[in-house]
Amino acid sequence: MVKKILAQCYIYLMLLVMYLPILLLVVFSFTVSDQVGIWTGFSFQLYVDLFNNKDLMEAVGNTFLIATVSAIVSTLIGTLGAVGTYYSKKKARKRIETMTQIPVVNAEIVMALSLAVLFVALSLKFTFFTLVVGHVVLTVAFVYLNVKPKLSQMDPFTYEAALDLGAKPTYALYKVILPEIIPGILSGFMISFTLSLDDFVITQYLKEPSFETISTYIQKIIAKHPIPPEVRALTTLIFLGVLVVVVGNTIYNNRKAKNVISKRRRGV
Amino acid sequence: MKFRFQRKYLALPYILFFVFFVITPIVLILYYAFTDKATGQISLNNFVKFFSDSTNVNVLVISLVYGLINTALCLLIGYPIAYFLADRKINKSAVLVTLFIMPMWINFVIRTGATRDLLNWMGISGGTYPELATIIGLVYNYLPFTILPLYTTMLKMDRSQIDAGKDLGANPVQNFFKVIIPLTMPGIVSASTMVFMPTISSYVISDILSEYNVVLFGSYIDLYFNQSDWNFGSFMAMIMLILILFSVLLTRKFSKEEGGKESIW
Repeated sequence: MVKKILAQCYIYLMLLVMYLPILLLVVFSFTVSDQVGIWTGFSFQLYVDLFNNKDLMEAVGNTFLIATVSAIVSTLIGTLGAVGTYYSKKKARKRIETMTQIPVVNAEIVMALSLAVLFVALSLKFTFFTLVVGHVVLTVAFVYLNVKPKLSQMDPFTYEAALDLGAKPTYALYKVILPEIIPGILSGFMISFTLSLDDFVITQYLKEPSFETISTYIQKIIAKHPIPPEVRALTTLIFLGVLVVVVGNTIYNNRKAKNVISKRRRGV
Repeated sequence: MKFRFQRKYLALPYILFFVFFVITPIVLILYYAFTDKATGQISLNNFVKFFSDSTNVNVLVISLVYGLINTALCLLIGYPIAYFLADRKINKSAVLVTLFIMPMWINFVIRTGATRDLLNWMGISGGTYPELATIIGLVYNYLPFTILPLYTTMLKMDRSQIDAGKDLGANPVQNFFKVIIPLTMPGIVSASTMVFMPTISSYVISDILSEYNVVLFGSYIDLYFNQSDWNFGSFMAMIMLILILFSVLLTRKFSKEEGGKESIW
């Protein structure tokens, strides 16, 4: 009993420590003081400041733009890659699998640097295109790795059955294989999107100099100064966003699990 | 001959993308690492330059030390957390686990800045205690990455073996080292690889937390790259690649041994 209480104390204490830096920002986003730790009365002023800060708002927009574009590209290439590889010969499959591991284990700075060297060697300017390529390199393997298990769980004969019944290959892929692997595609997309949102190193190396994302914009400021007050408001909004997605996802998963259980009980 | 669609052709964009943007860049880095900056000819100059200057080697050694300390602390703090979270008697819901992972989704640069501001406020600034501030920042950032693999291993482990150890007369310490640690070894290995290599190559955390007083290997590569000394930067990136290759082979060897053990049963 004492052991149990001690264990729970440890967990909650560590949880508090983990959230302390973020919670401080969240709490002090509702006051106007320049410094975290000094409360000068409740106010939403920092949120007004946040939306009036053009550079920061542009950085937020850019962050979502690059995350959306690169996640879509990654999902397309990665999904097609996983499907194609699944139907390739064993030798080719092994090679592609090994290749897929490279960006998973590689250090981000090595990927960033090597891509920058490549683009300069090709005398390409750093543009939105180079940035998208960088983010796709970072994320595409995770789409592949999320789709692959769904393919191996699939009934291998439904596609042949569709062809026998007169479906064209593309139609069969779309109607038979796609519905089976869609959960893997979606989770691959989500992972790509979040990895890209959070990225700093690759973005820093491959972006157009004037193009800023949340990470690069804030890094430039905090290299010399404390976190600017309106970023506290931004952090609160990010925190809320994450919370909504996580809670929503947990509820959704629970409901799905319950449905499965009740179906089994009813003997369906 | 008429083109006939085969499903394996769908992988072509994926393969081409990797050849162009993953493999070619690495080949380029290897090429730059062994060419001289001034003449552009194949040479071992970067190799000599790196190993003849003790500053370079020191940065590498210090980074390895920081990697070790960070891994050890993350395991020390994260192991009991994961163990308690996976114990049904202590924690019944998955919500707590999610709470431990959630900080990972809040922007990494903001989190790092927030940690620094908090530490400054507590009197641990990068100017006065750069090493301590860096280590706290590293542990704070990598703890979730340690907890997750440990937790998943512990969920799957057979807890009756721990009780069996107790029944057979092992004291808690013996039971911990002879039963629990071996049972959770796969989690410990994957947690370590998720912390050790990234610590060496990461540079944002050490730069910001130590106010540029602690220079890790990633930061060093970044420095040379920004000074446009790509050949030397590439050479160090190659050292990084070799280290990563080693750690991958080591983990692979380990997971194979694990698989071998399972096949006996």
